Amino acid sequence: MDTTLLIIQVLNGLQLGLLLFLVASGLTLVFGILDFVNLAHGSLYMLGAFICASLTYALGNFLLAVLVALPLTGLIGWLTERVIARTLYVRDHLDQVLATFGLILVFDTMAHIIWGPQGIAVPLPDWLTGQVSLGGDLLVPTFRLLIIGAGLAAAGGLFWLVNYTRLGMLIRAGASNRTMVGALGIDIQLLFSLVFALGAMLAGLAGMLIAPITEASIGMGNSIIITAFVVIIVGGIGSIKGAFIAALLIGLIDTLGRAFLDDLFSLFMSSAAAENSAPALSAMLIYLIMALVLALKPQGLFPPKVR
Amino acid sequence: MTRRAWMTLAVLVLLAIVPPAFYLSGNAFYLSLATRLVILAIAAVSLNLILGYGGMVSFGHAAFVGLGAYAVGIPAHHALYGGWDALATNSGWLQIPLAVGITALFALLTGLVCLRTKGVYFIMITMAFAQMIYYLIVSIEEYGGDDGLVIDSRTELWLFDLDKPLQLYALCFLSLLVALGLVRMIVNSRFGMVLQGAKGNPERMASLGFNTYAYRLTAYVISGAMCGYAGALLGNFTTFISPEMMDWHRSGELMFMVILGGAATTIGPVLGAVIFIVLEEILSSYTIYWQLPFGLLLIVTVLFVRGGLAGLLGGRK
Repeated sequence: MDTTLLIIQVLNGLQLGLLLFLVASGLTLVFGILDFVNLAHGSLYMLGAFICASLTYALGNFLLAVLVALPLTGLIGWLTERVIARTLYVRDHLDQVLATFGLILVFDTMAHIIWGPQGIAVPLPDWLTGQVSLGGDLLVPTFRLLIIGAGLAAAGGLFWLVNYTRLGMLIRAGASNRTMVGALGIDIQLLFSLVFALGAMLAGLAGMLIAPITEASIGMGNSIIITAFVVIIVGGIGSIKGAFIAALLIGLIDTLGRAFLDDLFSLFMSSAAAENSAPALSAMLIYLIMALVLALKPQGLFPPKVR
Repeated sequence: MTRRAWMTLAVLVLLAIVPPAFYLSGNAFYLSLATRLVILAIAAVSLNLILGYGGMVSFGHAAFVGLGAYAVGIPAHHALYGGWDALATNSGWLQIPLAVGITALFALLTGLVCLRTKGVYFIMITMAFAQMIYYLIVSIEEYGGDDGLVIDSRTELWLFDLDKPLQLYALCFLSLLVALGLVRMIVNSRFGMVLQGAKGNPERMASLGFNTYAYRLTAYVISGAMCGYAGALLGNFTTFISPEMMDWHRSGELMFMVILGGAATTIGPVLGAVIFIVLEEILSSYTIYWQLPFGLLLIVTVLFVRGGLAGLLGGRK
């Protein structure tokens, strides 16, 4: 295995990990503060991609489209909280899971009605389609670097928001004791709506960033949501730090497993056997790691202190 | 007899008489619809054992259905194309125990991990393990991967010829009766009492000296194995199996059947399966966007119909 390939795969893993973090951080925020399981979070990821695709064609510029699509997905999150989620906070998790499952069917069919059954490709401006040399013969697509940069920026922004602003202070306070926060005169309903909208925007951003590579398609949210669940289970539900570390871990392990497991296996078995068993194992790898983490630490790697 | 017992009897008698009557009068389609319905009802009944009575919200039951179906498909594949001589057979003496055994084993291994956790963790982990099996099957090219696997010949059983639609339906219906009886027997036994006690107040059951983890795990394995059996029937019914059968949407649909019909009631899951399949059939004949009203119905059911249809129609216990 050569170093160039290794570096490229590590960058790919980093990219997947950061996208996973954008999806998982919203999930874990909403769960940590609202005690609400939102299966439809993946739909917000999909809607972000579709809205951004339409706007890219309407406005003629991908970056402009992202800027306009972000508040729009936030608005959809806000409305979802107002209309559906709010009545479910007092219910048990089973009801929340079923109702948001219904919401997925609604969102997916709406996307089908509005954008049709085909996926929509998202064109990039010329300066983003090229490749950047990172020294030697190491060429990396510019857009992938942009995804990594945007993901890191969003993660940094979130850390700043949660740890150093008044809103973040309220969010952390709401996570440890929402009744007390309400009693201190904070509009807890407004705080909940804001957190939900923030989660929607983060998931939407992930969808917008991946759309130029995979294109926007119906059901794209349905597979990433499970991986995002794995991330927050491994990281500890409710912990943003845990979600960040687990997302990078899962992203890297999944990508590197798929790329190099057969090479690794062929060191100690015949190459035919390695070729047969490596894809099966690499498909299961992140779930096996989840099982291992749970067997050792049932609350995840970084369980939030107050719960 | 109570109102609910009458309702149970009525649903089962209708299922026993109506679909064969349609078939004999030349409407084969309704029998095939009913066969799918009854098979999914068995899966829903098995889910009800742990979800309704045990309080374990498993969002991964479709994986058991899929594994059960592949336990029929893989031996049938090798019987036709060679390889894996120990498995290569169409005999039900191998396929059915394999379906039940492999799903029981999968339930045991995942249950050991899942049941260490509670609440929302449990929901997500069962979902993740089901997705693991989904990706595992997708990655195995020999069995068709994403494209699925055609079952060329159905399971050969004693007494039943599964190539005959009426006999296949008879087997499925009888299996449903056995499944209902089995769950009822389990629920009313000492074991079932402990299981329900552990749902209501786990601390009290633990302090009474019961190892609730072991009881839950046993129920989880029984439920998984029953669901695997339903999967074996489904494979024989569709004669085409694919990873899509274990998509987590299928798990969600099974949960919906249980909740719609009424969790922790005998007939609830069957009623839920009936409503689900009939509604799906009617809506999808009107519009390709049938999932929209379906999703709205799901939301409305969760928000407003407490206790499901069995609670609505049969009154509270």
